[in-house]
This record gives sequence, C-alpha cells and structure tokens, in this order.
Amino acid sequence: MNKNLSWKLAVIFGFLLLCVAGIFGPPWAWSGRSPLALVTDHIHLGLDLRGGTHLILQVQVNDAVNVDSDNALARLKEDLRTHKINYADIAKPDPVNHPEMIVVKGVPPDQTSDFKNIIPAEYDASSGAENSWTVSMKAQGLADLKNRAVAQAIETIRNRIDQLGVSEPVIQEHGLGQYQILVQLPGVDDPARVKEIMQSTAMLEIKQSLGGPYSSEQAALQEHGGVLPPDAVLMSGKSIGSKRDTENGEAWYIISRASAVTGRDLRTAEPATDENSQPAVRFILTAEGGRKFYAFTSAHVGDYLAVVLDNKVQEVAVIKEAIHDTGVINGRFTEQETQDLSMTLRSGALPAGIKYLEERTVGPSLGADSIRSGVRAAMVGMLAVLIFMLIYYRWAGVNADIALILNLVILLGFMGYFGAVLTLPGIAGVILTVGMGVDSNVLIFERIREELRNGKTPPSAVEQGFGHAWITIVDTHVTTIVSAAILFLFGTGPVKGFATTLVFGLLANLFTAVFVSRMIFDWVLSRKQRGEALSI
Amino acid sequence: MEFFKNTNIDFLGKKWYFLVFSLVFSVAGLLSMAFWHGVKLGVDFRGGTLVEVKYAHTPDPSAIHSEIERAGLKNARVQAIGPSANNEVLIALDIQETSEQALDKGKNQIIQALESKATPGKQDLNNSSSLTVANYLLEKDPLHLGSGADANPRYTAMAQAIVDYRDKTKGGVLGSIDELKSVADPAAVASLQDNFYVSEFGILNVEIVGPQVGQQLRKQAILATLYSLGGMLIYLGLRFEWIYGVAAVLTVFHDTLITVGAFSLLNWEISLTVIAAILTLIGYSNNDTIVVFDRIRENIKLLRRDKLADIVNKSINQTLSRTILTAGLTFLTVLALFLFGGEVLHGFSFALVIGILIGTYSSIAIAAPILVAYQEWRGERGKKPVAMPLRSGNGPTQPKEKVKA
Repeated sequence: MNKNLSWKLAVIFGFLLLCVAGIFGPPWAWSGRSPLALVTDHIHLGLDLRGGTHLILQVQVNDAVNVDSDNALARLKEDLRTHKINYADIAKPDPVNHPEMIVVKGVPPDQTSDFKNIIPAEYDASSGAENSWTVSMKAQGLADLKNRAVAQAIETIRNRIDQLGVSEPVIQEHGLGQYQILVQLPGVDDPARVKEIMQSTAMLEIKQSLGGPYSSEQAALQEHGGVLPPDAVLMSGKSIGSKRDTENGEAWYIISRASAVTGRDLRTAEPATDENSQPAVRFILTAEGGRKFYAFTSAHVGDYLAVVLDNKVQEVAVIKEAIHDTGVINGRFTEQETQDLSMTLRSGALPAGIKYLEERTVGPSLGADSIRSGVRAAMVGMLAVLIFMLIYYRWAGVNADIALILNLVILLGFMGYFGAVLTLPGIAGVILTVGMGVDSNVLIFERIREELRNGKTPPSAVEQGFGHAWITIVDTHVTTIVSAAILFLFGTGPVKGFATTLVFGLLANLFTAVFVSRMIFDWVLSRKQRGEALSI
Repeated sequence: MEFFKNTNIDFLGKKWYFLVFSLVFSVAGLLSMAFWHGVKLGVDFRGGTLVEVKYAHTPDPSAIHSEIERAGLKNARVQAIGPSANNEVLIALDIQETSEQALDKGKNQIIQALESKATPGKQDLNNSSSLTVANYLLEKDPLHLGSGADANPRYTAMAQAIVDYRDKTKGGVLGSIDELKSVADPAAVASLQDNFYVSEFGILNVEIVGPQVGQQLRKQAILATLYSLGGMLIYLGLRFEWIYGVAAVLTVFHDTLITVGAFSLLNWEISLTVIAAILTLIGYSNNDTIVVFDRIRENIKLLRRDKLADIVNKSINQTLSRTILTAGLTFLTVLALFLFGGEVLHGFSFALVIGILIGTYSSIAIAAPILVAYQEWRGERGKKPVAMPLRSGNGPTQPKEKVKA
C-alpha cells in the first residue's frame, strides 16, 4: 500500500471513529450501559416516536399593549390635570384592534405645546380634526413590547413546565406564525394537566375600585347614569359571604383600567392565612414595585383597592394607610388553591392571554409501533439495495456497500453531534439516503464500465469515471439539498426531522461515494497486475 | 451483470406518444381536482380533530359512530384503520366542530361518548396518565410506606411500570386490571381495583389543528413548493443555460401535478408529510434530468457536426442504464417504505413511489424533448441554438462548466 493510500485510510478511520463517538458518546462514558440507551442519549427521538404532547399557542399580545396603554392613559390624565391643560375627553377608541391608540379631544390650540410636552416618551402624538390628538405608541416600541410579551410568556411557561419535571421540554417561539409559541413535552400524554398549569395565567393586578359591589352589570351602570367612567371597566368577582362557584354569588365592580402594581412587581408569593385564619396568599413586592405601591396607597387613603386575578376581582378592601411592600390576597381559597396560586404567581404572570392553536398527543404505544415499522422498512430497503449492488457490480458492489454503510454511520454521527431529532419521517429520510446515496455509486460505476468498453485501461477508466461523474453528483446533490433545506425552513417537528436526515445523509454521501469509494478502488488497483480486469 | 447494453432507442421520435401519455394523466388528475374528488387536505391543512383509538376487541365503526352521534357530534367520521388485527379506528371531526375557543372540546366529547359504559365513580385505567396513577397510589399507600422518603419514588416508578406495561406490552389497552399483577405488587393492584376500571379502548393519538394553523400551513406548503421550484430554476440556470433550467422545472412541475393528481384520483389526503415527499421529489426528480443534461452538454462538444435531436437521443441512450438503475434503487427503498413503513407513512411513501416512477419517465420523455423543441423553434426563427458551442473558439454560448477530461 503506498503512502497516499495509507494517508487517506487514516483520514477515513479517524473520521469514522469521530462519528461512532457521535452516536454512542465517547468510550469512557460507555460503562455498563446498553448500546441502545447510549444511542438514544445522543440521537434524540422525536415526539412521534417516543410519545408526548405538542402544543402551539398564540400569545394575545394585544393584552400586553392594552396594559401599557391603560397605564399611559392614566399617566396622561394625571399630567393633564397637574399641567392644567383643558380637554374634553380622553379615551381609547378601539382597544381590540388598536390597543396602542389613545385619543384626546378638545385640547385648546394655545395649549398645544404644553400638551406635546407631557406626551410619554414612547408615544407619538398627531393632531386631528377639531383639536383632537391621537396618541399612539411608536412603531418600534410597539413591536418591542409585543416581542417582549412573547419572550416573557415563553419564560413563564418554561418556569411552570419545569415544576412538572418534564425531561427535555421544547418551549420556543414558533417561527412559522406571528407571536406563537411551540411547546413540546416528550413523555407527557396528559395535555389537560399541562394546559391546566399553563392556562392559569395568574395575571395579578392591584387596581383602584371605583364602585361596587353591584348585583348585576345593569345595576352598576344605573348607578353611574348608564355610562361608565371613561377609564374604568366593569369586572365580576365573588360577592362577600357567598358560596364559591354559584351563579348568584357573582358581584360586579367598577375598576379603574390602570394598575397600581401588577404581577411583574412581585418578588415572591406564599401560602398564608388571613386574620380570620382562612387560607390566603401573601405577596411581597420588589423594591421598585413597593415604591409604586407606596406612592399609590399614600395618595388614596380611604379609597378602595381591588385585587384582580385574571380579570376577576378577588377582593376589595379599603386603604387604611399607606402600604409598602406586602399584601394578602384573600379569596376564600382552599389550601391547595393557595399553593397553586402562590406557585403560578412566583413563576411569573403571563404578560398576555394565550390561545391554543394546535394540540397533538402521541401515545407511547403508537410511537413504539412507529419505531418498529420504520426500522423494519429501513432494514428491508437497505438489504435490498446492498444485495442488488453485490449482484450487479460484483466486487465493485462490495465497494459500494462499504461506502453505503459508512454513509449511514456518518449520518448518524452528524445527528449525534448536532443534537438533531430523529422522527418517523426522519427514519424514512435515512432509508431515502440509502436509495439516493447509492445513486452516486451507480453513476460512477456506469461511467467506469462505459470507459472500459471504450477500451480504456482499468486505472484510467476509474480516473475518468470519477472525474466525469463528480460534477453530475454535485449537481444532483445540490438540487435535492436545496429542496430539503427549504423543507427544513418551512417544516415543523416530524417533517423537520426528515429534512435534517436527508441533508446530513446527502452531505455524508459526497464524502463516502467519492472519497471512500475512490480510495477502495485505488487500493484494489494497486494490488492488481497490469492489464488484469476490474470486477465491476 | 448488465441490463441495458448499447441501447439505441429513438426516444425523441416517440415524443408524441409521451405527450399523449403525460396529457392523459395530467388532465385526469386536473379534472379530478376540479370536478370529482378535489384535493383532499389532511388535518394539518384543513384543521379539525383526529382521535385514533385502539380497542381490545374488533371494533364496530357504525356502533361507535352512533355512540358519538348520541353525544351530540353530528358529522364525525369513523373508520377502521391499519390491519384489522390492530383493532384501531380513526374518529375525525371537521373544523366546524373544532372550536377556536376550546380547542380540545371535540376530543373530550368523543372520549366522553366512548366512555358511555363507564363504571360510575371509577376512573378508566386505559386512559389515565402515569401521573394520575401515581397520585392515586401515593394517596392510598397500599404498601404502607407511610410518608417516608421512598414512598414518592416507589409509587412513581410503579405507576410508570403499570403505564409502560399497558402501552408497550399490551399495545395501549389492558383487558383487565388483574393483568397488572405481573408488573406491580398485588396489594397495589387490589387497591387500583377500588378506584379504576378498564374500558375497552385506549387513545393512541390525538391531533387537533385550529383553523389559524391550518391556513398558515397551507400558505407555507404552497410557498415552500414555489421556492423549491424557483431554487431549481436558478441553480440549473446558473449551472447550465437558462433553457435547461426551464426544461427541468417544467418537467418537475409535470411530475408534481401528476403526483398530486394521483392523490386526488384515489381520494387520498394530502398531509404535511406528503408535501415533504413532494418537495423531496422536486429535488430528486431533477437528478435523472441532470444526468441526461450533463451528457447532452458533453456530447455537444464531442459531436459538433450532429443534429441536436441526434445528440439528445444518443445522450439519453448512453445514460439510460444509469437513469433506470439509480431510479430503480431509490424506488426499491421507497417501496420498502411503502410496504413496511406502517400506516403513518403511507401517504408519504405513496407520493414517493408515484413521484419516482413519473420523475424517471419524465426526465427522458419530457425534459429532453422540451430542450430540442425550443432549439428547433429558435432555429426556425433563424437564431443560433442556445448551449451549442460555436463551431470555433470560445464563444459566449460555450457551456460554462468544463468537464474534466
């Protein structure tokens, strides 16, 4: 064997060892574990194979925008008063479609510059007809706020899922839609429980209560002559002394839109008991939240304070004195409920509501079935190809078969290193890689045969065969890889797994079908006498 | 061993037969898409609810259907799937019954309807998660472990073993709770009897897709297909001449049309994985076309005096063996997938089976004739054929890539 060949052989073996380590991990970590366990440590199985729950959620980012603009509106109103700027009306005209928009009507023209000065920094004001002004959040700030809401929702959901003890959960932004989150929980086949944990948005807000309790919405409206104060909303809650979960136990309150503090100002929350020894949740605010709360309560001594959880009034209490940083939520909870509520409050409130768009659950038995049939199909397909190559190309077929097996080892090694996920279509991708990978060998071998027919000597036929076929092989691989790459960008879950295996498989094939196969030919040729025929 | 030796078939002479063949299949598919079955979209694209249920005995789809109907779900479709020995049925609800507000409402209604023979006050062990079982065992403490530190891990492991036995050994459905005695302590099994019963079914798989996601995926599938076709056009245009790219893309479009047409004719659903198969075909069908085109380009340089039609014919014949072999070998693996790959991959592998057959045929019967037809059309208008090297020197129409000699 000449020097060039041994050098190539060393490269191939080194690469092969690396790939084996990619599949099974480094040998020093093998101690006493079954090969199968080692493989699944490194090549992760997709949800469709191991069973689990897959959810896509829509974050209703407008909720977060509304929270921000409600507070801006309250600030603006306060500033209008302190700067003695006259106005006829201030309101959000369309909180559903344009939550970022506040309209102020009737600002006298001579106070325009004063008015412009009090616009919050993250808002823009543009004038309209009849001295009205539209105050809207700046586009950049609005986009940031929405993206932040999604990021925060992901963080919150992750905190909550972590408490479930799921291994390898995927919680990430779902790139295919806008403001969507993908949640994948391997091994969890009880989505109801997961959703229960996630859905408890536990959006805590402490707001001023402007009136109530009323027995019905109509009663509340009547009290105010049929119209609500502009910066207030009607909210339902439980009336004091009623039983839980009964329709007629409902009471209505008029609550200010702006919040004194929200769940984001919370440092911690824990189960406790209130002054009547009933289960309650005690919370402690952050330093910043405490300052805000102190400022608010000291300005509103004697007014009523409402603790609002997920847009339901939990309790209303009079502010007896300025409060610094602790409070108690008292809502006739059971002990279990105070524990759950403390947990969701601690893990952070979702900044916005969520809506489920897609739910898939694969039971473990189906996954096991899929693995069985996928592996069976792969075995049959691979054997058929290996045997065909042996019959059709004889010794050269052995060459192709070696290259093919190496191709698979490298493919799996890549997957191990890149932490790729093997799905059922991914297994199909492995089989297809075998079928498409062997194409390269066929292209080369057919060309060699053609050159031999044209009277070339074996070494020159091999040289020509590889030379001519190389460009064709690159072209064919590029087109398939382009398709697979587009599939990778657009696909989710199982389909992504397919695209991954196909791309890795074809890349590995460039190495095995050309470099490895060529080396084997060179080695065979180096052992042959001049003029001896090539078995192909 | 060699299948095709020195073939000399006049492929271009048969182009009208090919055209008729392709037209028949394309038009049949198109007519079916437009007037007969339409394009039946899978749950991924149209949205809706799918619940796959396994029964302990042979299920009766019509009885299941009436049970579900009694529960108020009017348009449910119930069909047996897979080999009949598997005892599996698929229950499907349309998007109308899949509410945007409560996505899993339909699923829960189905499960409730199927639980109609439930033992009052007991939970169904066949549809309980390991968490439920573990919580129950912890509460009842049948092994009298007290609140010691090992109670939690022991009961959790026992619950996992029970659920694994059900799912992995029994395929998802227990016949009776007594079967668990092989994997759990008898005292625990006795305790489970108090609170659980076994129904005759287990839920294997649930897919619920809301309308918004369906719409999103439809759009993306179409975009992805267009991007792939565009990608092919650009790559082949750069590597060969633009007309080669156009010919290849038209060919692949023809393949895609016939494959989708086949799904429509058979009234099979186009699911997300079928789209994956079609995108793969867009890439793969080009392979044979590229092999032929490469050879045409090579032969144009070697056989300058010949007519393009002759060169193309010769090129197809020269590469016929490898065209058939490469496609045949890939076909072999795809066939294995179709026959042994299981129910989940059926549509996917079927698309590949059809696509590879059509793709191979079309690289011979469609791509090359387009090339020749275009050159002849140019020739009639008195222009020089594209991609024919000038008779001398290195003209601008010289093929861009030199093949290593």
